[in-house]
Amino acid sequence: MPVADFQPVIGLEVHAQLLTKTKIFCGCATDFGAPPNTQVCPTCLGLPGALPALNRAAIEMAVRAGKAFGCKISEKSIWARKNYFYPDLPKGYQISQFELPICDGGAVPVPGLGNVRLVRIHLEEDAGKNVHGAAASEVDLNRSGTPLIEIVGQPDLRSAEDASEYLKALRLALIYLGVNDGNLEEGSFRCDANVSVMLKDAKEYGTRVELKNINSFRFVRQAIDYEISRQVEVLEGGGRIVQETRLFDHEKGETRSMRSKEAANDYRYFPEPDLPPLAITRAFIDGVKVPKLPQQISEELLQAGVSAPDVRTIVGEPALVSVHTRIGGDAKRAALFIVGELSRALNDKEADLEKLRFEPAQVQEVWKLQDAGTISSTAAREVLAELIRTGKAPQKIVDEKGLAQVSDNSELEKVVDAVIARNAGEAAKYKAGKVTLLGFFVGQAMKDLKGKGNPGVLNSLFKAKLGE
Amino acid sequence: MTTTLSQMSDALARGETTPSKLAAESIERIKALDGKVHAFLRLTEAEASSAAKAADARRAAGKPLSALDGVPVGLKDIFCMEGVETTAGSKILQGYVPPYDATVVRKLKAAGAVIIGKLNMDEFAMGSSTENSAYGPTMNPWDLSRTPGGSSGGSSAAVAARFVPGTLGTDTGGSIRQPAALVGCAGLKPTYGRVSRYGVVAFASSLDQVGPFAQDSRGAALLLQAIAGHDENDQTSSKRPVPDYAAGFGKGVRGLKLGVPREFFGEGLHPEVEKSVRAGIEKLKGLGCEVREISLPNSPHAIATYYIVATAEASSNLARYDGIRFGHRAKGGKNLLELYENTRAEGFGAEVKRRIMLGTYALSAGYFDAYYIRAQKVRALIQRDFLQAFAEVDAVIGPTSPTTAFKLGEKLDDPLAMYLNDVYTVPANLAGLPGLSVPCGFDSKGLPIGLQLVGRPFEEETILRLGDAAELADVPAPEGFR
Amino acid sequence: MAIDRAQVRHVARLARLALSAEDEERFAAQLQNVLGYIERLQAVDVSGVEPLSFAGDAESELALREDAVKPSLPREKVLAQAPQADEQAFLVPRILE
Repeated sequence: MPVADFQPVIGLEVHAQLLTKTKIFCGCATDFGAPPNTQVCPTCLGLPGALPALNRAAIEMAVRAGKAFGCKISEKSIWARKNYFYPDLPKGYQISQFELPICDGGAVPVPGLGNVRLVRIHLEEDAGKNVHGAAASEVDLNRSGTPLIEIVGQPDLRSAEDASEYLKALRLALIYLGVNDGNLEEGSFRCDANVSVMLKDAKEYGTRVELKNINSFRFVRQAIDYEISRQVEVLEGGGRIVQETRLFDHEKGETRSMRSKEAANDYRYFPEPDLPPLAITRAFIDGVKVPKLPQQISEELLQAGVSAPDVRTIVGEPALVSVHTRIGGDAKRAALFIVGELSRALNDKEADLEKLRFEPAQVQEVWKLQDAGTISSTAAREVLAELIRTGKAPQKIVDEKGLAQVSDNSELEKVVDAVIARNAGEAAKYKAGKVTLLGFFVGQAMKDLKGKGNPGVLNSLFKAKLGE
Repeated sequence: MTTTLSQMSDALARGETTPSKLAAESIERIKALDGKVHAFLRLTEAEASSAAKAADARRAAGKPLSALDGVPVGLKDIFCMEGVETTAGSKILQGYVPPYDATVVRKLKAAGAVIIGKLNMDEFAMGSSTENSAYGPTMNPWDLSRTPGGSSGGSSAAVAARFVPGTLGTDTGGSIRQPAALVGCAGLKPTYGRVSRYGVVAFASSLDQVGPFAQDSRGAALLLQAIAGHDENDQTSSKRPVPDYAAGFGKGVRGLKLGVPREFFGEGLHPEVEKSVRAGIEKLKGLGCEVREISLPNSPHAIATYYIVATAEASSNLARYDGIRFGHRAKGGKNLLELYENTRAEGFGAEVKRRIMLGTYALSAGYFDAYYIRAQKVRALIQRDFLQAFAEVDAVIGPTSPTTAFKLGEKLDDPLAMYLNDVYTVPANLAGLPGLSVPCGFDSKGLPIGLQLVGRPFEEETILRLGDAAELADVPAPEGFR
Repeated sequence: MAIDRAQVRHVARLARLALSAEDEERFAAQLQNVLGYIERLQAVDVSGVEPLSFAGDAESELALREDAVKPSLPREKVLAQAPQADEQAFLVPRILE
């Protein structure tokens, strides 16, 4: 049976750290990269007598994600203990949700794939970290108790490429929702994949294998592709797939079995007696505001006339969308500013998206000056560039750089008269019908005005004076 | 030192004595007499002395923090106290010094109470005799060959021996009420959620509750006043306002309706205990209570239910004792598995291991539904029985323990016999209800007998008022402790 | 339900308790005795009953913690309680994946 006869079936489980200031069950900070064991307290150390105290913000963020993906938010959900021994798990159990998770069902919109359905989203606490040394392993519990949502997808994905697209869309959506920073390197967005293959006409899924340690989009594709070929090879050789957990080795580009400890695990889930059932009222759910998802923003920008490539550029970077929103006004014009002046400045390192020196709404002031004829379009570009660099008020930039156009008729009339007087020959030719000379006259006047004359006004003045 | 807690509080208020004097007397008495009883695992003399001095100043200035300001108290060694060794009666926590105060400890300090020391207990509060303490048993001051009950046996013995006028204990299946009954003092298990469990070494989270021991109900009320209330660190603690528990004592008990469950007067109840408890009920009737027989049909299933629920939770709660972050670690473990298995084998005593095993079994794949889920359903029925009874009566009344204090060693080899000792106390824990034991008499051997009152949720005030009316006034100090 | 020594061994492994041969035998007998007593629960009619895992105050409004940072413990104080630690972390025998 060739590979083409097999249909891969993939479901992803994503663990996303929530962007709360404190841990899920205690007031310790969640800053990444702090010195080991400096963000710990009796609760996240699992000291005798310590109890969990649930963080409101973690619930809000989980509900926000649930609402955004159209999940059913459970008005009552319960906490469960997952029991196992490991040094990075100080209590000997993880507080998680098993039956009755906070969000049920839902789907993630993925460009090109449509909606990828979710099984559930549940809340749980992260474990600490074991750092393996030569003689001993160090245990750092800073991460112990960091809030996570686990987003469990349906096995709706059919290729490594689809899986990667789904992950990208999910990651971006979570960033837009303000619940996760999307940082794969620091491990705040982690993915496990359940992979199986079946014959294309089969009715039932094949035996699935769980892949762990796939912490980049590239590794997701590599690990899943490797695993698909491995499974197909096993089946073609007449073998059977064993249900197991396999670790992706990104140096070798292959997956290998973690058969040792997983086999005998019996997690003995039971309701967490230190926390009452979580009752979420309708009012609480209604009170959680959901920002727009990337899909919706893209549609709106396209409708406003922004080109598809520009939409991709802007929506691909949430900070740019934020700038776009904050500029306000004409959506298309704002988009052009972002892909134009702003992108240039970012490329040239004259601006930093994380700490902009200007207030995006000021861009509208520049447009007003331009539309009122106070500055030329060339001058407007210069003002915008300066605005990005310094954050100075646009009017002040115009004044300081002397970029204002002269539109005052009486002042311009004097210049027009002088130019005509100086160029009597050309004036005669114009009157004789060589109207193309108008440009010459306007150019002369601009020279006198050092480029600050309003070209429109000059045009009509010359036409009037030279008698049409 | 024979005054009760409230008398001592009054004497302090009148300036007849000082906190330092009381603390010194208490410590002196413990040093002289606790060799016979072994109620205390350790004294906190330095902390007590400085707390007493601060209380002296407040009392002298007429600005006490509360009625407890300057009153010496003892703590079961299950409460974390910053900077003071806390072992929960276990070898696995030998030498462990918590970096924080339990909420009840913080509250006692804020009320001005002077903490004299930490009291003996069954290891991790698992037991009914203190014989499961890794540090040796506590003796009953009424008869040194007998148990003071458990698991809070140090807390009950310290009050009975008049070492301190009040102590704190915990009650998961009767561990306050049974020892109170066996030494002839008052012991209150509040409603689940009335007192914070933060910083209390956990046995079974859905059942554990902190409560006071004192010579009488009034003393228990004063201590409860200091420790009750919501705590943001314990989300199972209730936000209901805390009433003034002393306010009811003057009101009398006329018109209160009492239910006598027939299931609490069946086989196993010692006739002398029954006689004394019935006399206590008659006394309340004489004071104007209405008494009627009721039924709690599912209460005979309480012990079986309890030993599933409590051990399941305990098996998980005790997983943190792994020799990594604190406490005992076995030497020579070559790998992680050996480290875990040897540390826990060396650190835990036999009863704790038995319960961890039972609880692990009840939660394990294939048995979870048959044991744990079924037990939680029966638990719901036990709670329902009580709530139905409370539609008709204000409190349930009966014996605290089927017998008076038994001999040390008597039930040590028969875990089930030991478990059955909690038959009347366990139902209130399963249902989350407040229960109070008060002394109501003595048997022919001169051993105290306790009467139990179980109230509606958060109606501690009612059972304290009934306890105050029912209890023996002026129980003498035991021979040798006068 | 009967519990034999093999099950006792399995449960002890789940609970990370090293048992001697005598322990195994004694625990098997004692657990069997207790389980025999607990067997009575199987006779209770629990049809239609919801399991009760929280007997606390259902009326009480849920008290969630606000997301404000509180001070953590000083590291020296934390590590001072550990049976084995270096200057920054708890130490355990090298973990093999």
